[in-house]
Amino acid sequence: MNAILAVARRDLLMVMRRKSEVLTALFFFVIVTSLFPLGIGPEPTLLRKIAPGVLWVAALLATMLGLQRMFAADHADGTLEQMAISPTPLVMLVVGKIGAHWLVSGLPLVLIAPILGIQFDLDASALGILVVALLLGTPLLSLIGSIGAALTLGVRGGGVLLSLLVLPLFIPALIFGAGAVEAHISGLGAGGHLSLLAAMLALAVFFAPWATTAALRIALE
Amino acid sequence: MLSAHGLTCVRGDRRLFSDLDLTLQAGEWLHVRGENGAGKTSLLRLLAGLAQPADGDIRWCGEPIDNAQDYRRNLLFFGHHGALKEDLTALENLEFAAAMDGASLTLEVALRALQRFGLKGREQLPVRVLSAGQKRRVMLARIATRNATLWILDEPFTALDVKAVDLLSTLISDHVTGGGMAILTSHQTMPIPGGRVVQL
Repeated sequence: MNAILAVARRDLLMVMRRKSEVLTALFFFVIVTSLFPLGIGPEPTLLRKIAPGVLWVAALLATMLGLQRMFAADHADGTLEQMAISPTPLVMLVVGKIGAHWLVSGLPLVLIAPILGIQFDLDASALGILVVALLLGTPLLSLIGSIGAALTLGVRGGGVLLSLLVLPLFIPALIFGAGAVEAHISGLGAGGHLSLLAAMLALAVFFAPWATTAALRIALE
Repeated sequence: MLSAHGLTCVRGDRRLFSDLDLTLQAGEWLHVRGENGAGKTSLLRLLAGLAQPADGDIRWCGEPIDNAQDYRRNLLFFGHHGALKEDLTALENLEFAAAMDGASLTLEVALRALQRFGLKGREQLPVRVLSAGQKRRVMLARIATRNATLWILDEPFTALDVKAVDLLSTLISDHVTGGGMAILTSHQTMPIPGGRVVQL
């Protein structure tokens, strides 16, 4: 447990020393979501309709921005080797890294999303559902993304490959995440969508670190 | 005790070495020698458990190393990269490395190790501003603070000045005479007694 926290703390500390990487993804999210109301014009019904989809797609793309860096630096400077031969199981250290990744790339999106949602004329309860859906969905993105990041480690042109690999896997999160907000707006209730999102998250929490660990071991050989 | 039997390493379609046997007892060290590309680094990575041999097996106290938890606790491996984080200070690098290994490292011990390797006054500087040799010295401090029985070091003398080479030689010979084991690659002849040469 201490080792997990140590890895997470180390990654967070390094992000604090180099803030631009986190801010880039956050500004990307803000700007992309702000372009839609500006481009479409003030049509509240249309904006309300596209809001969940736009916010979710922007969140997916913003997550993609930092994904490649998840293990790249550790691979380049030999830290990954040390993690692989550490007495602490590699899978635990991977959990720590995924946790840190979510804290710096997922959580800020969740926190700023309600402010951006106002641009789309979403009411308070819809914003609440949006936050809950993102809170369940963004860790899912970090977990699935970590598998892709580990698989494309050390591959030339890995960035493009990573997008091709990971974006299709993000589709279920997108469907149920955006669907939750839409279902709430149309009066159907978001419970079903959120439950499915939570189920996917539970599944990913269990399996993704193992898959990532296996991929990292292949990358190290 | 570390023993390897019938080790074969294949990289791509090239056979680097085959049928290599070696044993290492407490109080001994091995000097792995060979030309560039002879497979020295590959051998060390096999022994550290970072790669799988094409054939043969490696045992630590009779247990295959892939499932010996005990092996990892007793192993210290350094490849060409020092595993240092450039944005963190030397002190933070030591602390986090120890925490990841599940070991405890007090501030006092870490500071003393850094001081011993001539980094006094530079403990709080980010590693990125240190010179190549000073970065290696941080790595040496890591070796000194990690409590491991078997040291596997790949080219540990690279980029070190005369004084640091002496320090590291002393560190290794103290370790070996104290009942530890070491496996090193180096192109220089090393001033550490009691070693055996493995020629690839």
